[in-house]
Amino acid sequence: MERIDVTVNGAPRPLYGVSAHTTALDWLRDTGLTGGKEGCAEGECGACAMLLATSDGEGGTTWTAVNACLVPAAALDGQEVVTAEGLGSPGAMHPVQAGLAEAGGSQCGYCTPGFACSMAAEFYRADRVRDDAVPEGSSDGAGDPDASPADHGPNGFHLHALSGNLCRCTGYRPIRDAAYALGHPDQGDPLAERRSRPAPEPRSTRLEVDGHRFLRPSSLDDALRLLREEPDAAVVAGSTDWGVEVNLRGRRAPLTVAIEHLPELRTVAFGDDAVEIGAALPLSEVERRLDGRVPLLAALFPQFASPLIRNRATIGGNLGTASPIGDAAPALLALGASVVLVSADGEREVDLADFFTGYRQTLRRPDELVRAVRIPLPLARLAAFHKVAKRRFDDIASVAVGFALDLDADGHVASARIGLGGVAATPLRARSTEASLEGRPWSLETVREAASVLASEGTPISDHRASAEYRSLMLGTSLVKLFHGHPRTAEEVPA
Amino acid sequence: MSDLAARPADPVVGTPMRHESAALHVTGAAAYTDDLAARRRDVLTAWPVQSEHAHARFALDVAGALGIPGVVRVLTADDVPGRNDAGVKDDEPLFPSEAMFHGHALAWVLGETAEAARLGAAAVAVEYEPLPSIITVPEAIEAGAFQGIPRTIRRGDPDGALASAPHVFEGVSEVGGQEHFSLETHASLAHVDSEGQVFVDCSTQHPSETQEIVAHVLGLPSNRVTVQCLRMGGGFGGKEMQPHGFAAIAALGAVLTGRPVRLRLNRTQDLTMTGKRHPFHLEWKAGFDDDGRILALATTLTSDGGWCLDLSEPVMGRALCHVDNAYWIPNFVAHGRVAKTNKTSQTAFRGFGGPQGMFVIEDILGRVAPVLGIDAATLRRRNFYEPGQTTPYGQVVRHAERLQDIWRRVIEESDFDARRITIAEFNRTHPDTKRALAITPVKFGISFTLTAYNQAGALVHVYKDGSVLINHGGTEMGQGLHTKMLQVAATSLGVDPTSVRLAPTRTDKVPNTSATAASSSTDLNGGAVKHACEQIRAHLATVAGRLLGIDGRDVRFARGRVTGLGPSVPSLAFAEVVTAAYEARVPLWAAGFYRTDGLHWDTEAMQGSPFKYFSYGAAATEVEVDGFTGATRTLRVDIVHDVGDSLSPLIDVGQIEGGYVQGAGWLTLEELRWDTGDGPGRGRLLTQSASTYKLPSFSEMPETFNVGLFERATEDGVVYGSKAVGEPPLMLAFSAREAIREAVAAFGPHGHSVGLASPATPEAVFRAIRDAQRAAEAIDADALALADAELVPAER
Repeated sequence: MERIDVTVNGAPRPLYGVSAHTTALDWLRDTGLTGGKEGCAEGECGACAMLLATSDGEGGTTWTAVNACLVPAAALDGQEVVTAEGLGSPGAMHPVQAGLAEAGGSQCGYCTPGFACSMAAEFYRADRVRDDAVPEGSSDGAGDPDASPADHGPNGFHLHALSGNLCRCTGYRPIRDAAYALGHPDQGDPLAERRSRPAPEPRSTRLEVDGHRFLRPSSLDDALRLLREEPDAAVVAGSTDWGVEVNLRGRRAPLTVAIEHLPELRTVAFGDDAVEIGAALPLSEVERRLDGRVPLLAALFPQFASPLIRNRATIGGNLGTASPIGDAAPALLALGASVVLVSADGEREVDLADFFTGYRQTLRRPDELVRAVRIPLPLARLAAFHKVAKRRFDDIASVAVGFALDLDADGHVASARIGLGGVAATPLRARSTEASLEGRPWSLETVREAASVLASEGTPISDHRASAEYRSLMLGTSLVKLFHGHPRTAEEVPA
Repeated sequence: MSDLAARPADPVVGTPMRHESAALHVTGAAAYTDDLAARRRDVLTAWPVQSEHAHARFALDVAGALGIPGVVRVLTADDVPGRNDAGVKDDEPLFPSEAMFHGHALAWVLGETAEAARLGAAAVAVEYEPLPSIITVPEAIEAGAFQGIPRTIRRGDPDGALASAPHVFEGVSEVGGQEHFSLETHASLAHVDSEGQVFVDCSTQHPSETQEIVAHVLGLPSNRVTVQCLRMGGGFGGKEMQPHGFAAIAALGAVLTGRPVRLRLNRTQDLTMTGKRHPFHLEWKAGFDDDGRILALATTLTSDGGWCLDLSEPVMGRALCHVDNAYWIPNFVAHGRVAKTNKTSQTAFRGFGGPQGMFVIEDILGRVAPVLGIDAATLRRRNFYEPGQTTPYGQVVRHAERLQDIWRRVIEESDFDARRITIAEFNRTHPDTKRALAITPVKFGISFTLTAYNQAGALVHVYKDGSVLINHGGTEMGQGLHTKMLQVAATSLGVDPTSVRLAPTRTDKVPNTSATAASSSTDLNGGAVKHACEQIRAHLATVAGRLLGIDGRDVRFARGRVTGLGPSVPSLAFAEVVTAAYEARVPLWAAGFYRTDGLHWDTEAMQGSPFKYFSYGAAATEVEVDGFTGATRTLRVDIVHDVGDSLSPLIDVGQIEGGYVQGAGWLTLEELRWDTGDGPGRGRLLTQSASTYKLPSFSEMPETFNVGLFERATEDGVVYGSKAVGEPPLMLAFSAREAIREAVAAFGPHGHSVGLASPATPEAVFRAIRDAQRAAEAIDADALALADAELVPAER
């Protein structure tokens, strides 16, 4: 076996005693770094958060907060991580730690190391000073959890950086105050300086323990060859779903193949007639690189999940798992996106609306990877993403609706695409509603009629998140709400 | 003022101090029970075999587990050398003979690794013979399935008063339970030490009871078992009774294998195996006069106790004692009974039934105010207790005037009246979004209703270098108890706080301790710590007097210096005096003891004075409700709360804020759902993970959060004039629920009474909005139609 190791808090550590399914959290704790805790084992609470050195895309490094409970330890091979213990010690606290301590930001202290790591990532965010203005985001603001000015500190600290961390004791106010009182890294701050050097390159990894393998192929061709030979392999990119399957459902795939490093899967390309987004890019990276140029996605990202998840989760993963409540699909359906699949035989492109074939089933063959999604251009002018959930930050949707509409010069609906999640076994297009809108004036009367059609789309069920009736009602009100946010008249519609 | 309440000059109590472990917390250096496992060798992991039926007889075949590599042993009922009981009421077998709820641990597998133990548990074959099950409270009521002793509090003539009251309303409400969701799940680590002592590290709020149960399961005397609680990653009542069985399993495994055994529930196990806040079913009938004064209340509270009693009886007792909240109710009857269902055994949770009791009256007032045509804030204030009045259980409401004072301060500081005008204007111009500002009071009784629990001990050591080590019987779960004890000791001994260290709580230091619960651990342990410190200080004063050439009674201790009265007297360092005292053969350690005076309670009659005092508070909350989805948002909260003279303001404000948000979670967000159908999953908890059971996150934090402590609030007879703070603020969150109710009402016609499910999730709020909108439409059609079908004037 080749040597595999990780740089932890500045010092290399061999990855002893890990299996293909050992999480980074369990491994760190076994090495004595018990600051990170398992609070939920599914990326909801952030008590296990750690910092991972990732590329900033410009030759430097970003300190990225991720959930250690969801990351395979083997995926850290050759990487650099920092834990709460590495940020500071009781006698020499890091500024975020000192701030938390002084503000009363810890009570029981169990979630606190994770908060310190999430806060540190935001503390070191290179563009933190620049984006304390009104946030980019939803084109209509309604339902956008990002819309409140209270979500930004005067120091540019973005409260959503902490939305993946749960605290059961404090009520959060002192943590927010500590975050908003942070300054900027001092000269000589080692983690700040580390940002100017490149992040570690991915390493091709081969780990085999007790008949279970974790492989990171060095190229796309190798990966595709492997999938052709072993179609039962579990493919992981950000591993936000892998971690849940492993931790909560005891999944132990004989072969796990990591693909998130493959350059072909990490593109963002603007062409004349389409935007192509690599399937294995973390969502936060997609968000940064799109920079608001696809407003519907810009509206989606803040609602998708916490940054701890978005820093790892990928569009390929969100589509590939085919969850009926995944948030990316309704947005991408509204955008008319297609999925680019690649195998050793070459590529094929399928309409996303045809991609989902049943509950958690897709057209993807076991030997194929989702390489990218393509969003056709031009984009519809009226776009919004509505997510209805119990909790405003970081929740799974009861229903999610993506809207992409164009009005013509007369104020009629020229085209409508509506994607739905949470109302059927698969994400789906609201085709009847689209038909009832197209060609009609964008008026309250049209919208009310179309809303009643929308409320009957899909076959929602009652479960622990919401009743079927509420889900249907939410579909209907979402269109009315969209209209109230965009009561456009013909004069306002650009020619 | 009593000696206990009086503060010396320049006290350390009263100054804002960060949590004594804050630097350890933020750097990850603070150790919790399961962190110790990583520092130990040869630790086995215990994993449960959980029932897949809500109620069933079963037979186990463990052979499959023993064939899994790394499985060391399977623990079953046959292995118990002592009593097979995880509780103190003989109704909670550690290894059951019948599965009593979905998720019930039937056996435990010990493995070399967590993976081996998990696979071993999956390989235990369980043959079930399903039995009929009861899942919901209405099912239990129908079947007459109750447990424990029903109780009633009665005063006056409620039936007569209801018969003659000008306005009578009745209704039925259900209020949901709540998962504690301490970020740290239940955890124990047991080993047998070189002396044959069973040593259990346990995340427990009640180490002495954990010790007793480990001892009786093992068939050992208590002096052979030591339980230590380093600190907990949250407790909230969930670790008052429920850790005992898990500690006993770990200890049993350690005794039988000779190796350390760790048992840490993962989140799903914690959710599916351990008790929660009791859901309550509430029936009520209330009478009012024309001015809105409450004339009578008759109510029946039925709690969902789950499969065994645990603390359900005292929880119900406290619920019954809090139905009145802050209001004088001359004619009163409240019945309480505990339903027996095939669910987790519900247990203590911050407030301990108080919140569910208060729910009755706050829900009534919120619902009837529009029908009476009286503003809800006015209706509440009009019914406040006045000095001299007594509760329905016969206790004088001392300091009742504080309710009015606190209320007035909240109204002023929240700019209540002006903001209500602004809100009315907002609502007039926003058909799809409504706001409301509501204010509610809290009166909460402090002391254990089990009078024997109102005692505490402490052991204080002063070493020759002047450093101080404190042991006491209370446990630290984040509430800042150790910080307060540090401040009490530093004040009492007159030393610098940096010279005081709190030792982890251990049953071999202070025995027979009470649970850290009922908000009273500062009152009790603070009294004991202070008592110990004062003994030592008295010895030191004699020595210092000799050194300073003054009478020992004139020696003063403050902030590490020892001096006399007047500027000419020299001062000594505390350590100098200590060294001299050692050489003079004066004891430098002491045991302290405290018992709460003046309590009496007749459990049978439900009459007496069970509480040392009442804590008061009030909160004004403004919310915004989205008419399209029912989603709510908390814009601003203003709180004034009575903690007596605060021992530690930063800690107290933290408790108030955290309690409020946790209460708001219970009332507006957190929803436990069980499978109540007849399929194979009947009785299964559907919300068994963090992704399905949602805690408040940053999005539930009030955007503006102003918390003030009631001033000049010395509580005579309590340590340094302070009051308890742990539980009472949770119930300030009723203001959030009432604000939601009033915002929903703004979608309806004037005078519309809003019935609101609890928790008021977006879906529940949306339903209420639809009702309000329909009522508005109906009013258009028929101005006399009464809007809320559920809330009708009762038959006369």
